[in-house]
Amino acid sequence: MQPVTLTVNGWVRTVVVRGSETLLDVLREQMGLTGAKPGCENGDCGACTVLVDGVPQKACLLLAAMAADCRVTTVEGLPRTQLQAAFIRCNAFQCGYCTPGFLVNAHALLACVAHPSERQTQEWLESNICRCTSYEEICEAVRTAADARDNGVAGEDEMPG
Amino acid sequence: MIPFDFEYLPAHTTAEAVAYYVSRAKAGQSPLYCGGATEVVTLGRIGQLETGAVIDIRHIPSAQVLTQRHDQVVAGAGVTLTQIADSVLIAETFPLLAASAREIADRTARNQITLGGNICGQIFYREAVLPLLVCESAVRLAGPNGLRELPMDRVFDQTLRLQPGEFLVQTATDTVLAGAPWVYVKRRKMGSVGYPVVSAAAIRVDRDIRVAVSGVYPFPVRALDLEQALNRRELPLSRRIEAAVSTIRADLVLDDVEAARGYRLFVLRDVLREIVESLDA
Repeated sequence: MQPVTLTVNGWVRTVVVRGSETLLDVLREQMGLTGAKPGCENGDCGACTVLVDGVPQKACLLLAAMAADCRVTTVEGLPRTQLQAAFIRCNAFQCGYCTPGFLVNAHALLACVAHPSERQTQEWLESNICRCTSYEEICEAVRTAADARDNGVAGEDEMPG
Repeated sequence: MIPFDFEYLPAHTTAEAVAYYVSRAKAGQSPLYCGGATEVVTLGRIGQLETGAVIDIRHIPSAQVLTQRHDQVVAGAGVTLTQIADSVLIAETFPLLAASAREIADRTARNQITLGGNICGQIFYREAVLPLLVCESAVRLAGPNGLRELPMDRVFDQTLRLQPGEFLVQTATDTVLAGAPWVYVKRRKMGSVGYPVVSAAAIRVDRDIRVAVSGVYPFPVRALDLEQALNRRELPLSRRIEAAVSTIRADLVLDDVEAARGYRLFVLRDVLREIVESLDA
């Protein structure tokens, strides 16, 4: 067991972890942040995606100790964004289990690329699986959020932490 | 959840990494070096890997290099595949490496998987190896006996043949070969993410084509006899391809749930045709 200092959604917290514990387990079980979802737990589905220093990572594949001294952002750290509004407007989900992972990944995409092309959007979002197959609506939501930002619609928070 | 525990040891210099390895090996912990540690998690979960200590080499400055220096393109083992795929420098100087990196796993996974982790991993395909094989890159290794540099073809035989306690720090590739005319082909069963049925990296040097393939055998390989057959320009294309495929050891060809042996060879023919048509032009 070793103490690890994590900065999650701007909160600095020291947790005691086993070397083999994943970031997903620590977020959910020690920090009570259940937004990142356990899906395949094998790095395939992307439901557990979080940002580590602004970069999307699969929390089920990342050892918690590897995130020490990094800025971790979960879906709980991205409230009231244009992207979430766009997901609702475009009906970009059905069961919603995959939605946090898509939101986090798409948020990073929009932070990185002002106007992602269809190819860029596909390249980023093919890391996530939606078993309800809402892919068309999800891509539409990303376009809608990018357009809303262009048009100066309020709501998009700055990247925290 | 990984059903065993281990020490996580971030190393900041090659000497520190090796010292961790030596002390933990002495203590019977079967230490492992890691980059993104994705295989530690995925294989550890299903009992195909066990260790008492994981040594993270990503923070070693020389493993984070991505540069052109003295007529060589140098890539650190701790650089992620996304960094390679997105690098302007690599796109300009070693586009074949960028192309192979871009096709591995998915983008979010590539944000974590490192060059060294892919080259030294246990998964069959290890496609980042392919450009290094055809370009006869050098590998720079660190271990208990110090640093050494070796040509890829001397140290890579199915896997990177490391001595106990040794790890990959950098690869170095001649800029002329890294910039040679190239083609990268990856054929999957379906979709644009996932393991290959066949992947191939090829370059043309003078008039000759060099090819390294993954997905045919349970290891990446540059097959010189296959290249020799493929370069028999006196033959029509279809016969060159048949001659090349006839050099494949059928008993070694992968035959699994991803693709049957016969299908892999069928796809290999198609891949070789695309390579020749692209590089012969």
